[in-house]
Amino acid sequence: MTDSAVLHGSVSELHEMLTQGQISSEELTRAFLERIDQLNGKLNAVVTVCAEQALNDARRADERLSRGEGNVLTGIPLLHKDIFCTQGIRTTCGSRMLEEFIPAYDATVVAKLKDAGVVMLGKCNMDEFAMGSSNETSFFGTVKNPWDTQCVPGGSSGGSAAALAAGMATLVTGTDTGGSIRQPASLCGITGLKPTYGRVSRLGIIAFASSLDQAGPMARSAADCAHMLTAMSGLDVGDSTSADLAVPDFFSELSGNVAGLRIGMPREYFNDDLDPAVRTRVMSALSELEKAGAQLIDIDLPHSHYAIATYYVLAPAEASANLARYDGVRFGYRCANPADLEDLYLRSRSEGFGEEVQRRILVGTYALSAGFYDAYFNKAQQVRRVISDDFRKAFQSVDVIAGPSAPGVAFPFGAKQQDPVAMYMEDIYTLAVNLAGLPGLSTPAGLVNGMPVGLQLIGKPFDESTILNAAHRLQLDTDWHLARPAIEESWT
Amino acid sequence: MTWETIMGLEVHLQLATQSKIFSGSSTQFGAAPNVQADAVDLGMPGMLPVLNEEAVRFAVKFGLGIGARIGQRSIFDRKNYFYPDLPKGYQISQFFSPIVCEGVFEVPMEDGALLPIRITRAHLEEDAGKSVHDIFSQESGIDLNRAGTPLLEIVTEPDFRSAEQAVAYLKALHSLVTYLGISDGNMAEGSMRCDINISLRRAGSDALGTRTEIKNVNSFRFVERAIHSEVERQADILNSGGTITQETRLYDAERDETRSMRSKEVANDYRYFPEPDLLPIEIDEAYIDAVRASLPELPAAKRARFVNEYELSDYDAALLVPDHATAAFFEEVVRLGGAAKPAANWILGDLSGALNRADLTIEASPVSAEALAGLVARIEDGTLSSKLAKQVFDGLWQAEGTTDEIIAQRGLKQVSDAGELEQMVDDVITANPDQVTQYLAADETKRKKLSGFFVGQIMKASQGQANPKLLNELLIKKLNDQS
Repeated sequence: MTDSAVLHGSVSELHEMLTQGQISSEELTRAFLERIDQLNGKLNAVVTVCAEQALNDARRADERLSRGEGNVLTGIPLLHKDIFCTQGIRTTCGSRMLEEFIPAYDATVVAKLKDAGVVMLGKCNMDEFAMGSSNETSFFGTVKNPWDTQCVPGGSSGGSAAALAAGMATLVTGTDTGGSIRQPASLCGITGLKPTYGRVSRLGIIAFASSLDQAGPMARSAADCAHMLTAMSGLDVGDSTSADLAVPDFFSELSGNVAGLRIGMPREYFNDDLDPAVRTRVMSALSELEKAGAQLIDIDLPHSHYAIATYYVLAPAEASANLARYDGVRFGYRCANPADLEDLYLRSRSEGFGEEVQRRILVGTYALSAGFYDAYFNKAQQVRRVISDDFRKAFQSVDVIAGPSAPGVAFPFGAKQQDPVAMYMEDIYTLAVNLAGLPGLSTPAGLVNGMPVGLQLIGKPFDESTILNAAHRLQLDTDWHLARPAIEESWT
Repeated sequence: MTWETIMGLEVHLQLATQSKIFSGSSTQFGAAPNVQADAVDLGMPGMLPVLNEEAVRFAVKFGLGIGARIGQRSIFDRKNYFYPDLPKGYQISQFFSPIVCEGVFEVPMEDGALLPIRITRAHLEEDAGKSVHDIFSQESGIDLNRAGTPLLEIVTEPDFRSAEQAVAYLKALHSLVTYLGISDGNMAEGSMRCDINISLRRAGSDALGTRTEIKNVNSFRFVERAIHSEVERQADILNSGGTITQETRLYDAERDETRSMRSKEVANDYRYFPEPDLLPIEIDEAYIDAVRASLPELPAAKRARFVNEYELSDYDAALLVPDHATAAFFEEVVRLGGAAKPAANWILGDLSGALNRADLTIEASPVSAEALAGLVARIEDGTLSSKLAKQVFDGLWQAEGTTDEIIAQRGLKQVSDAGELEQMVDDVITANPDQVTQYLAADETKRKKLSGFFVGQIMKASQGQANPKLLNELLIKKLNDQS
């Protein structure tokens, strides 16, 4: 048993080691806690480590396993994005506003994974309130990409992606409002899935844009994502938008058979905005699927270019309301010595929120204001339907839509920080999927100049199985998903 | 200058659901601060609203109760503003598509006429909490027990022309919602709060004047007084050539005046947009039919039935019906054998007077429906005169027993026996020769007056038990026989 076999093992491998008695969950947990301890100073991927609780959870998992109980996830170490509320454990959402916020409840996702017996090691850094594509907006500092610590890991689930790539956990959770699982998964070389809107409960997840937010798994493989998605999904009466649909065992649906699978390639996703080297990698991944029996078909998503404008009206509008509760009155950051109520509001929010969050609150407030509502919010709602229709029509002739997950590879810190629109372009291929509420995943497609590239696969509503299966086929035929960053000795 | 008053009302009605509209917290009134506020009510991060179906059913009941159109697909919206008693920084309300659409509510006026009031809409929303200023010396406190209590906001067209009409509407509304069982309608506890939009225009003009809004008036009496004082204030300004400022005002009951709540009218921009955390409320015909089938007899139908079935006057019916318990008490008295008209008179007269003095509701009446039925029966069969009946009623109120027991104990039986009465008349004629002479000398009109003396004497002697009708007939005959 090598360190690598433990730290980079798949769920199935580790489950076998646990049930064969080759390693205990407690030992596994200690190994990951040590890894976090060694690397986090350099990567800053984890904001809160819960060592004691993790070891307790691990011992309980060991007991379950020793009685022959539990399931494939029991005893497997996991890190949560710090947007999921965790009972008794600080939940910051990457913000000064919630620097000391300790929820009295678990998010449904947290509770479900806990029930499955996963061991929570801690909480991952993220862009503040999930607003960002580079993890540069976190109050707790930037997260470094383990493939090149001069570069961003992507965002907003950048801490989760970096931690997983660096072997700090077997599984991590993320949330995706406009690409926040898929883009960092792409930039860090891992597999990340945004499920269909409604597949996973939003209860207990700190809201950014309620009609777009969706939690999902991030892991080393499509198979691991499938295991995790099965545990995370299902109707939650506490979330009125969660879907009342049976949850398949996504892992057992991974046949690996893609013969006859019709994969649509939107012309709009392979245009000039795409880095040619990235295009080459994405095309080669698609050729692999073609070799395995899939059909590649050119399609059109004619309104794709409206996605960014639409998203950056709707998401900030919803956020402007969702973030109104952070007023310094009941919880969260409160400014010192407020002179009066208005001063309390103004300074608590000006001091508690970072620049990007404030920018989006302002944009969203503007879009909803009297006299602008029809021109912005209402128009954006209409375009959202048009974009959804594009997908619906496309899916009449294809089973999966494929494209890049991001327009390029990870970029250096500061490269896009002064230009919000350039930063927003990072999500040019992912936003529309959220607007349409569809499932989408990113799976590794090789490297460009030593940095990972992701292939995005988009599915029909509630058809996560098909895109997971296509990614699984790719991962059976190639070893791109197994590529790991060279962790320098000097880090530890 | 004559001014016409134009008013529209907005009523915030707290719905009597067990739990809040979007959380499982209790809605009970009067608990210690913040004990009835959970993580949802506090607007904690990650918390989501879940719609209480009971609130929807109550709103539909109301809509059907006023014959309004029910919105087949109504949508919740966020109304955004900052205030410490509003935990999320937005109120979940319905702006674009309300659950209850246009309807007409017929308000019974005192003269028995029906005043049609057009209802613009009624929508569901959550109540805010309360700021508390009397607990801490230097700071204000926030009590979120009320936050999330379901409200139905009922908006009318500007159809009111007088304070009397406004009060009649509110009373009829109160009656309807208590009949429907959707609210206790208690204004003092804030279950029913009224905003009055009020403007004046020259009599005969069609254009509307600038309006003011009087917020949160909390009793029928204050509504009436607030309207009178605001009408007077606006008329004074207009008569002296001034203009009305559109603003929100508060009624100060102690000074009996309205005063400006916000000196400068800041145009509120609530930035409404559809609430993404909740699905639209879809209501189909089957649901509406089921709710309709569950509706009780409503005040309008009951008034009509009381007139037809019991031959009551419109006036009596209009007084008996508004309070559901009073109407039920009346019907119980009749069912137990009490004649309808005297039963109505007793309930609206002596009983309601006694209940008022004792500050009791009819449910807590010491005189039961059965007891009152017994009393009415003894009046009808001639056992009791109305004067004796009042004494029996006192006995019933004091719980001395049944009507018959009290008659026996107090010896209150009316004397209707002709022989006994004749003896009494003879005795009084013999004892008062002077008055008899006077009577015989008087003309017809004077005689009537003088006969009262003899009746009084007999009543005194018989302790009021002589049957007055028979006594009168006998007395006149005997007196005339003296000549």
